[in-house]
Amino acid sequence: MSRGRLFMMRLRGILRKETLQILRDPSSIALAVVMPLVLLFIFGYGVNLDAEHVPVAIVGTDTSGVAGDLLGRFELSPHFEVFQVKTMSEAEKLLGLRHVDAVIHLQTDFSTKLRSGQQTPVQLIVNGIDANRARLIEGYCRSVVNQFSAILRARGEGAGYPPVTLAQRIWFNEDAQSKNFMVPGLITLIMTLTGILLTALVVAREWERGTMEAMLVTPLRRIDILLGKILPYYLLGMLGMGLSVTVAITLFKVPFRGSLTALIILSSLFMLASLGMGLMFSAAIRIQFVAAQVSIVAGYLPAFFLSGLIFDLESTPRFIQIISHAVPARYFVAISHTLFMAGDLWSVLLPNGLVLAGMAVLFIGLAFKNITKRLER
Amino acid sequence: MNSLRRILALVIKEFAVIMKDPKSRFVVIGPPLIQFIVFGYAATYDLQNVRYAVFDESRSVLSRQLLAKVEGSTVFLQAGALSNHTQISEYIDNEDARLVIHIGPGFDRTLQASRPAVVQVIADGRNPNVAMIALGYLGSIVAEFNQDLVRQGVVETTAPGLFLVERSWFNTNLESRWFFISGLGGVISMVVVILLTSLSVAREREFGTFDQLLVAPFTPGEILIGKSLPGIVFGLLDALIFAAGAVYWFGVPFRGTITALVLALLCFIITMVGVGLLVSALSMTMQQSLLGSFIFLMPAVTLSGFATPIENMPLWLQKADLVNPVRYIIIALRRIFLEGADTPMIWPHLWPLLIIASVTLPLAAWLFRHRAV
Repeated sequence: MSRGRLFMMRLRGILRKETLQILRDPSSIALAVVMPLVLLFIFGYGVNLDAEHVPVAIVGTDTSGVAGDLLGRFELSPHFEVFQVKTMSEAEKLLGLRHVDAVIHLQTDFSTKLRSGQQTPVQLIVNGIDANRARLIEGYCRSVVNQFSAILRARGEGAGYPPVTLAQRIWFNEDAQSKNFMVPGLITLIMTLTGILLTALVVAREWERGTMEAMLVTPLRRIDILLGKILPYYLLGMLGMGLSVTVAITLFKVPFRGSLTALIILSSLFMLASLGMGLMFSAAIRIQFVAAQVSIVAGYLPAFFLSGLIFDLESTPRFIQIISHAVPARYFVAISHTLFMAGDLWSVLLPNGLVLAGMAVLFIGLAFKNITKRLER
Repeated sequence: MNSLRRILALVIKEFAVIMKDPKSRFVVIGPPLIQFIVFGYAATYDLQNVRYAVFDESRSVLSRQLLAKVEGSTVFLQAGALSNHTQISEYIDNEDARLVIHIGPGFDRTLQASRPAVVQVIADGRNPNVAMIALGYLGSIVAEFNQDLVRQGVVETTAPGLFLVERSWFNTNLESRWFFISGLGGVISMVVVILLTSLSVAREREFGTFDQLLVAPFTPGEILIGKSLPGIVFGLLDALIFAAGAVYWFGVPFRGTITALVLALLCFIITMVGVGLLVSALSMTMQQSLLGSFIFLMPAVTLSGFATPIENMPLWLQKADLVNPVRYIIIALRRIFLEGADTPMIWPHLWPLLIIASVTLPLAAWLFRHRAV
């Protein structure tokens, strides 16, 4: 028989064995399909940077006239949940007790001052503990105040225009919805883990259970073992990925502007890199416990902190940015943001895709090196 | 007395298991510390070096004055100057710049004629959080510029009638690093504790030594104490090292009391030991216990309010999140560090932890014997 025929025969054998193993032990199917969907469902709702119904206390003794109008504006905004109080000390107490996140203070002479064309302050005090939320609240307040100024000017009641105004456009994500940004990132986080965990355990498991020895005496070559360990889990991982993307588009209504071909090619590269990483740990460590521990510490936590999924990488110190280049999730976060929101922009997709391809080759190569046909090292 | 001696023997054995194995020893101290430092620097919402490109068609003194203000801020970093419209989409598409500032040709003339001028800004919405915050900064730079114009008498328009005076409490400069680092120690020490305890019973079950422990003259309560103590000691040690690191390495203020800090961390670590031991007692193999702890860890960390506020979640999820122990320690740590909370002030965040612990710990002890093999 030719070498090619023999190779195909061996490959068919090990693929059949791995497939049967997956089908008979539902835990890997649960890991690849059920877990991503459940996590995406919870995280998709739970991880959100847009604040709505922020409790604010408004101090305003004078609720007539212009002050009342402004108060109404705050009440109408979906971002605020307004509590009216009479005195500043009352409001400060609410802020201290964390019943409200911000205090808006309109002074007693607010209406008179504004009507006489003087500069009229609207005081805002925010709880700065969560700095990001505080900045968002400031932004929401500013837009309410600005809109109100515009209305006053239109009515001819307010004083002057600001000389320079900003006209802002946000491309790819007009309403700046954080879910469009979060959900693709979360898919990356979840699939990193699934990919690593799927393979981290399989080779180590064979060593621990002693079934590796049985495989070593078969005519299987190292390359057959490698392919047999990667292909079935690749398909399983891609199934999980496909379902997650479907949930993102249908349930969370994230726009998908790229092409399916680009998604399949690039997510394959990412999946291969993650599977390769897991396989590398697994083959090098040979103990399930340590392999899984390393996958959590080297897979999950960096994917959360160093991928740009939540925290902006460019704002971090230089050495953090350098470290982040070793995290595969970083590249797929960039790819998925572009694919979902912007479309097939190859100037972004290609370099990131190439790095992922390089990582996949590197990790799988290292895994291959560590799969030996000997018992002792 | 006898009971104490037995517990002591068991505790010595449990510590020896961790300290004798170089891998376990390493897992407890080394990586957590590295993670704390690296993630401490990575976790921030404060923007720096936001790359922007300028398309200045006016090329006038005034437009340069405005752009100089943008350039002078630490938030922005100029990445290019454009010469035509098509370059705008090139820069944004290729992520060469996250913001393009476009000043039209009539900017100078419009202002001199005392008419309001408009500056266009295009932001990359692929990261909406960065886009919104950067636009906010730009807005305040423009507001400052407007005041300069009025002061210099360049334009005759009066300043707008209404203006916002902003102040923030507890964190005056709105540094988000403080916010994250105060909670980060809790998250990392939790991962250590869960990994340590979730394996302790499952490993003995897999190696068969747990049966020996069960036939030895130990009550389940004594086994529970013996299994808990290493986790509590190492977890608390790590958490306290991280608290010191937060203050002395990252410069986070510590405004609360040490008693409150130690008490809160102790309650939290005991609760985590309870969760870890429960997972461990439920699983027959190490693989099961690892998957179990992982299934607990991921949602618990992600939904803890550590990175994204709990208040932004839908109501049903906020209610479900009440059983998440991590949310309580994150809030408690932030209140102790940043708001100067003492023990009575953080008590509302501690009793839920104790309730969770009082369910998980006895349940774990019961399962030691009653888990069907």
